[in-house]
Amino acid sequence: MSYKILAFVESKENKFKSPAFEVVSEANKLASELNTTFEVLTIGNDEVKNDAPILGNYGATKVNFVNLNELNSKSGKSDFVYSQTAFAKVIANYASKNGFNLILLSGSALGKDIAPRISVLLDASYCPDAVDIKIQDGKIISKRPVYAGKSYINLSFNSENIVIGLRPNVFKPVKSGNNSAEVSSVDINSLDIFDVDFSTVVKEIKVSSEKLDVAEADIIVSGGRGLRGPENFNLIENLAASLGAATGASRAVVDAGWRPHGEQVGQTGKTVSPSLYVACGISGAIQHLAGMSSSKVIVAINKDKDAPIFQIADYGIVGDVFEILPALTEEIKKVKSN
Amino acid sequence: MNIIVCVSLVPDSTTKVKISADNKSLDPNGVSYILNPYDEFAVEEAVQLKEKNGGELTAVSFGLDKSKEAVKKAFQMGADKGVLIKPDNENYDSYTVAKNLAEYIKSKNPDIILFGKQSIDFDGLSIPNMVAEMLKLPSVNVVVKLTVDGTKVTAEREIEGGLEILETSLPVVIGTQKGINNPRYPNLKSIMASKSKPIEEIKPTYTGNKTEIVEMALPAAKGSGKILTGGADQVSELVRLLREEAKVI
Repeated sequence: MSYKILAFVESKENKFKSPAFEVVSEANKLASELNTTFEVLTIGNDEVKNDAPILGNYGATKVNFVNLNELNSKSGKSDFVYSQTAFAKVIANYASKNGFNLILLSGSALGKDIAPRISVLLDASYCPDAVDIKIQDGKIISKRPVYAGKSYINLSFNSENIVIGLRPNVFKPVKSGNNSAEVSSVDINSLDIFDVDFSTVVKEIKVSSEKLDVAEADIIVSGGRGLRGPENFNLIENLAASLGAATGASRAVVDAGWRPHGEQVGQTGKTVSPSLYVACGISGAIQHLAGMSSSKVIVAINKDKDAPIFQIADYGIVGDVFEILPALTEEIKKVKSN
Repeated sequence: MNIIVCVSLVPDSTTKVKISADNKSLDPNGVSYILNPYDEFAVEEAVQLKEKNGGELTAVSFGLDKSKEAVKKAFQMGADKGVLIKPDNENYDSYTVAKNLAEYIKSKNPDIILFGKQSIDFDGLSIPNMVAEMLKLPSVNVVVKLTVDGTKVTAEREIEGGLEILETSLPVVIGTQKGINNPRYPNLKSIMASKSKPIEEIKPTYTGNKTEIVEMALPAAKGSGKILTGGADQVSELVRLLREEAKVI
């Protein structure tokens, strides 16, 4: 089986950010291990096109660019930013017309939206949420967490085409090459997308707040029932602010209505793997641990020394969150200002 | 309104995962199974749509006999009919599940198909959109607000740090996220009534998986951490460790 790799990357606010660098870096690594080449595909406006050579820093030599305005003009509508079905069709058709049979993309909200459709269009095997990709005896084996990280599976693929979504924040961007990837415009009319269903359109994107989302954050400070009430979460927010972190919460406090459900970390909330996770007043119910135990460094602050959270913590303090959190916030401000 | 809700039975979120002797699956001993929590939101949303628009609500599950429990829970919450697509064994992947659900759904021509955004066992977040693509239908997943007005559909979908507001039309596939509603508790009457409701069993039409699990394993155990016991007096030591040893701040 010989592979030809296509890395689909997305931009944010018309710039390429870490998720794109992660996908390109992994494509570069796999191409080298499989002794093959890879190309990049992206969809965006002219600003995105102008930013595309930067992907060369992570090993891309060729970036194929689909003009979003040209794509949207096929819809006959004037005012939308993104159509899931159109993106999926563009990527699937580009891959099949150009012989790409291994497609990597980020497991972002967008990636998780389009990858299932791409896999059906290409009759492909699909692995979402991969945290490691290995080659064993020439075959691709993809590792992904299941049961919210309580265990892992290694998957092999039966189809000739493979689609793999990479869990964000796990694969490291690796510098390789320079800021000069060739950017090649794709003729949209060559993609046979005339039958795309443009009936579903994103009319508007509401940014819920200026706050960082736990799913994207490199540092997370989470609070649980130990905070005793919603009025005390300013302690969590202050510590988070001092660290440039997102705020998270346990299921107990979300179910109690103290915090919005978007902050919930755990098996029925978000699964996160930041470089630093600070759990404050969280005892560590198994469904919470499932959602955060793959964090690189875990700090626990809890008054109960036997709390399960300490069993997976790298560092911790046994003590009262109401004394420790303000002191910790001040200490971090102090060292950060030096 | 002809409504289909797809439900799955999953290990309770308090389950401590143990691996079977085959090293490829969960050891089911001692595991208690529940209706997938995200599917509860889908069933609730489906029941509300039926209450508002009339029509019929069918709950469909793919799985072995025990999956009937998921259908029964849907009955208790207000589903009218139940279907189990029953394979011969548990060796099926998400593509196989999606393909069989799509085949069934196609034969019923529903106005709306609801799913939980993902099941809490394999967490793929993939089946709703796979089914939609197989049926060539629009879909919106991770939905926290849904409005259906005639054939016009408006859905709010959660993305990183915000929401997308989408417009589409029936028929549509919707995946529900926590926050969309508060699932009802079944009352005693509906629990009793659900016991006698029949569940139609059908055979899968497709069994060729596209992925194989070669191994299931537990994450590597962590070494014991440095836990300081001196309360707030240890804050500066903690910060020193995080800076100098862990190098994370």
